Amino acid sequence: MSALIIDIILWASVAAVGFIAWQRGRLILTTAVREGSMDFINIVPRIALGVIGSGYIAAVIPQEVITGWLGPDSGWLGVLTAVIAGAATPGGPVDGFSLGAVALKAGGGPPQVIAYVIAWALFAFQRLLLWEIPFMPARFVWFRAAVSLPFPFLAAAIAMAIGRP
Amino acid sequence: MSELPLKDPAPADDATDEPRPGRIRKPIGWSMIVIAVLVAVSATLVWRRDGIDGVLEILTHDLALFGGILPRVLAGCLLGAFIAEILPHEKVSRSLGPNSGLKGLLIGTAFGAILPGGPFTAYPVASALLTVGADFGATIAMVVSWTLIGYGRAIAWELPIMGTDFTLWRIVISLPLPVLAGALGRFVYIRMYPKAAP
Repeated sequence: MSALIIDIILWASVAAVGFIAWQRGRLILTTAVREGSMDFINIVPRIALGVIGSGYIAAVIPQEVITGWLGPDSGWLGVLTAVIAGAATPGGPVDGFSLGAVALKAGGGPPQVIAYVIAWALFAFQRLLLWEIPFMPARFVWFRAAVSLPFPFLAAAIAMAIGRP
Repeated sequence: MSELPLKDPAPADDATDEPRPGRIRKPIGWSMIVIAVLVAVSATLVWRRDGIDGVLEILTHDLALFGGILPRVLAGCLLGAFIAEILPHEKVSRSLGPNSGLKGLLIGTAFGAILPGGPFTAYPVASALLTVGADFGATIAMVVSWTLIGYGRAIAWELPIMGTDFTLWRIVISLPLPVLAGALGRFVYIRMYPKAAP
């Protein structure tokens, strides 16, 4: 259901910017459509490999390895472990959030799980390689990932300070 | 490695008839090889552990996922291409460029938060912004905002899997991070590449 809503918003946005492009002139519209289609054709093999392959990568990494050391008493070492685990978690959103949920249910501390989810969202290696590098200049991607490093720790610190969630 | 498009933003007046710098590199690169090797090794391990049935089960599941994602990838590529064509370079570099200050970071953050779709939208659009004159800082704010406070992934995946309480607090805690990341990015970028700064 929510996927359908997101699809509708997505294609409506495409239609809206497409309409603006069409108003600017047919040449701009056709150029943009051609560019977008070429990008699409170039990107499909990578996505095929990544999406079809990520199931295998997720299947061989034991979940306990990732969720093992995130207990509420694990402190900053636990946060550090969570950040490394987040960066190492393969697969799509289902895998990342499922592991986070498993860690919470298995007694993981909320700040550690926050750090895990945020690290995974910011610089999971598979997403960097599969999605970000193909679409963006490599220099930007590595720069962004490096700049993002402190933020899972900051988020964990905020979570510890406010005692939530 | 191809050249970065942001080094030489085309003058705004002839932006319409000049070909946009290639945003996407050739389909085979080292990142593809790394992933391919990882996938091959993992698939072999699955085959040795679960036999051919285990391999096929994952394959059919992921093929279905791939088929579902494909139209969205097309939508994302079109969105990125349209935005790169219709956004005026001059305006973008003023409101999202290196001198756009806190306001530029806030615009990037807001843009990332409202952007629909998944990585198939966010990265082409972010790349388009770089092409038309946004700086690293504002683009980092946009990408980080999209990953951390964008509603797409939160609604589709995080709420059902992690629960409402965790998700809401996680987002609240994440609110300041895109601007901070963008500011840090800008701060470091100017010192790493002093020549690129105007």
